[in-house]
Amino acid sequence: MLRHTFTSMLRYTFKRLLSLMISLAVASIVIFMVIEVAPGDPASFMLGMNAQPETLAALRSELGLDVPKIERYFTWVAGLLTGDFGTSYTYRTPVSQMIGDRLWVSLPLALYALTLSTLLAFPAGIYAASRRGQAGDIGVMGATQLGVAVPNFWFAMILVLIFSINLRWFSAGGFVGWDKGFFSGLHGLTLPAIALALPQAAILARVMRSSLLDVLSEDFMRTARAKGLTQRQALWRHGLRNALIPVLTIIGLQFSFLLAGSIIIEQVFYLPGLGRLVFQSISARDLIVVESVVMLLVFSVILVNFLVDLAYAAVDPRLRARS
Amino acid sequence: MSLLQITNLNLSIHGFDILHDVTLSIEAGEIVAVTGESGSGKSMTALATMQLLPKGASTTGHILLGDKDMTDMSEAGLCKMRGNEMGMVFQEPMTALNPVQTIGAQVAETIRIHDAAISRAAAEEQAAKTLSRVGLPQDRFPLSRYPHELSGGQRQRVVIAMAIALRPRLLIADEPTTALDVTTQAQILDLLKSLAREDGMGLLMITHDLAVVADLADRIIVMRKGKIVEQGATHTLLHNMQHPYSKMLFAAAGHQVALPKAPPPAPLLEVKNLVRDYRLSRKTLFGPAGTFRAIDDVSFALQRGERLGLVGESGCGKSTLTRALLGLEQTQGGSITLAGEPVFTGNAPNLSVRRKMQVVFQDPFGSFNPRHRVDRLITEPFHLLPKPPTGKDRSRAIDEALTAVGLTAKDATKYIHQFSGGQRQRIAIARALIIRPELILFDEAVSALDVSVRAQILDLLADLCGAYDLTYLFISHDLSVVRTVTDRVLVMKSGKIVEQGVTQDVFENPQHTYTQTLIAAAPVLPDIGATA
Repeated sequence: MLRHTFTSMLRYTFKRLLSLMISLAVASIVIFMVIEVAPGDPASFMLGMNAQPETLAALRSELGLDVPKIERYFTWVAGLLTGDFGTSYTYRTPVSQMIGDRLWVSLPLALYALTLSTLLAFPAGIYAASRRGQAGDIGVMGATQLGVAVPNFWFAMILVLIFSINLRWFSAGGFVGWDKGFFSGLHGLTLPAIALALPQAAILARVMRSSLLDVLSEDFMRTARAKGLTQRQALWRHGLRNALIPVLTIIGLQFSFLLAGSIIIEQVFYLPGLGRLVFQSISARDLIVVESVVMLLVFSVILVNFLVDLAYAAVDPRLRARS
Repeated sequence: MSLLQITNLNLSIHGFDILHDVTLSIEAGEIVAVTGESGSGKSMTALATMQLLPKGASTTGHILLGDKDMTDMSEAGLCKMRGNEMGMVFQEPMTALNPVQTIGAQVAETIRIHDAAISRAAAEEQAAKTLSRVGLPQDRFPLSRYPHELSGGQRQRVVIAMAIALRPRLLIADEPTTALDVTTQAQILDLLKSLAREDGMGLLMITHDLAVVADLADRIIVMRKGKIVEQGATHTLLHNMQHPYSKMLFAAAGHQVALPKAPPPAPLLEVKNLVRDYRLSRKTLFGPAGTFRAIDDVSFALQRGERLGLVGESGCGKSTLTRALLGLEQTQGGSITLAGEPVFTGNAPNLSVRRKMQVVFQDPFGSFNPRHRVDRLITEPFHLLPKPPTGKDRSRAIDEALTAVGLTAKDATKYIHQFSGGQRQRIAIARALIIRPELILFDEAVSALDVSVRAQILDLLADLCGAYDLTYLFISHDLSVVRTVTDRVLVMKSGKIVEQGVTQDVFENPQHTYTQTLIAAAPVLPDIGATA
């Protein structure tokens, strides 16, 4: 029984992995081409309007812009694979180092926010679904409506006002880094994580509720009750796992959004994250940084989708069989 | 004392009366069938016994299982009873099982929730035994199977195993075979019967199928609009019916129509060596994709004015053949011609042939757009015509079609939700008739209807045959219906036509072993006209 499950899971994983590779290859080509056709040669941008053609040519050859496009693409991809993302045009520092620094803020922040949002949403959704139409359900649904409607930067401002300015539990902005220990780093990210998590939790709770309600009206829930399970037992043993598929989809989407979509929150809390890096690089036409960050984000989205696919298969045996 | 004694049961849901003064009893080892048309309250009687009623339900009266009254028992007490002292089997085996749990876990769950002390291994061993008992031996159906790996009949066996794992005193089966093929139905009914006899279990069987009732039950209860109109021992009741409703119901179930004589034969539809392959997904990454042959070298001819039947079990290719005939799918070999013209030309259906064919589907509730009025619904086939009638011609066509199917011209402005299931099927027939097609396909067109309504629709068909010289292909899994409304019949199995001939000959003297099995498996209404 276990071996059967294991081999089908392994086969499924292999297939998804293959599709992940192909997606990555296609994505890298598309990103490279899109950035190439965008107007604004970095060399002329750096040297300004009145640059001498000789200086321009020299800078171009220094930046590696004078070789054929196809060669540049392969150099870029080979660099990506070995961790060499090139050198930023504007800052003259290795891109991998810049991204690495920012990732140490953005990735923990995204994971933190996602964990909070899931921890909030699951109980809220399950509670609302099991009390459909009653006061508890209406209360939770009202709260989530508010959570979806109110933008996260407003939450951020309110949180700063209460917890930083009045209560002085957290600092109002900036990030101390991880050097002073895991928990002090986590402490520094708490307010932004909450601000990011609240709207996401509201969406997730609504998805959880409606998905669970769909499952509760399924025939097999009635079968479970006919066996002698109580309402609650039937919900936990048979309802929840079946309701998870749409919820996992949303969680996957939310992670990708949280990783780079938190520009506003990063601004509000003065966090040196990926969102701000992208913003600055775009303004400075630092194409190599933009290219690398976009590729990183695409990679993370594809990776998360891959993980979500694996989670689907773990939850639902029918998906393992189909592949 | 009876095993189950229901006395003066009244049930209302949100103030709407569902059951009225229902009194019945079941003895140990007895098989009691509750029958009636949709809305008669037969399923609600079953759910009331299990106390699994929908929200807003309130009951009066008593439901005694042994000495315990279900109506005043606590929810915790009821949970101890359900699955332990009374089990239930449902209609739709495809959805009655949790798709993400193995069948072993689901059967073992019944055992484990009623016995906290039992080990997982012991519960699984007992589950394995129960599954073997219902015809799913471990060597072929290990506990690790998931529901999607089983057929409908096999899933129903799992549901039965879950219900009988603890040998309950009462088993309730709510339309347990309605969704199954006739041969599978016969096996499941046999299984239920033998389980009831072996364990001395009371079996409360809810079914609309009167032939099943007559075959299986010791006692029959006929319900109508929430009331019991008649009950009695099967033999007595069948041969000495008292209530006019019971008489009507059984007469309608065995309803025969008198088809008018078919006009002299002239070939209309010709199907030659038809093949339809479906591509399967690849097994290995670069290996060739396999194919599944849904229609395998099928040839037959349909004469103008002929009424042809097509029978076979689910998955035999009936629906694929229907779609191919209508030109909805491209075929991989052979030809279909209507009056000499191909149905499919190049990569598109041939419109000049399409307008000569219409179809009536099974589900009278799903096959209409609820936002359109009847006049728009039934004139839909007009878009096939090069010059659709407008103005007065259009309204005359609408009136004629509606009158032909027994509705009135006034119905044209109504919406579909204002009609009953039978009326909707009349509208579907009107929609098919409105462009005077040369061929109509009836795809399980009466399968979703109650027997009395079904009898009316069959009569309507016979009338229309007289008035319009209809040519039709009648596709159904219901042999008794095909027998009465067709001149000739095709028997289909695994994509092939295994037997064809004059309907009466095929039914009375089937040649192919499959046809013989099929006819033997179909439950038959006894001749109730004869007195015992």
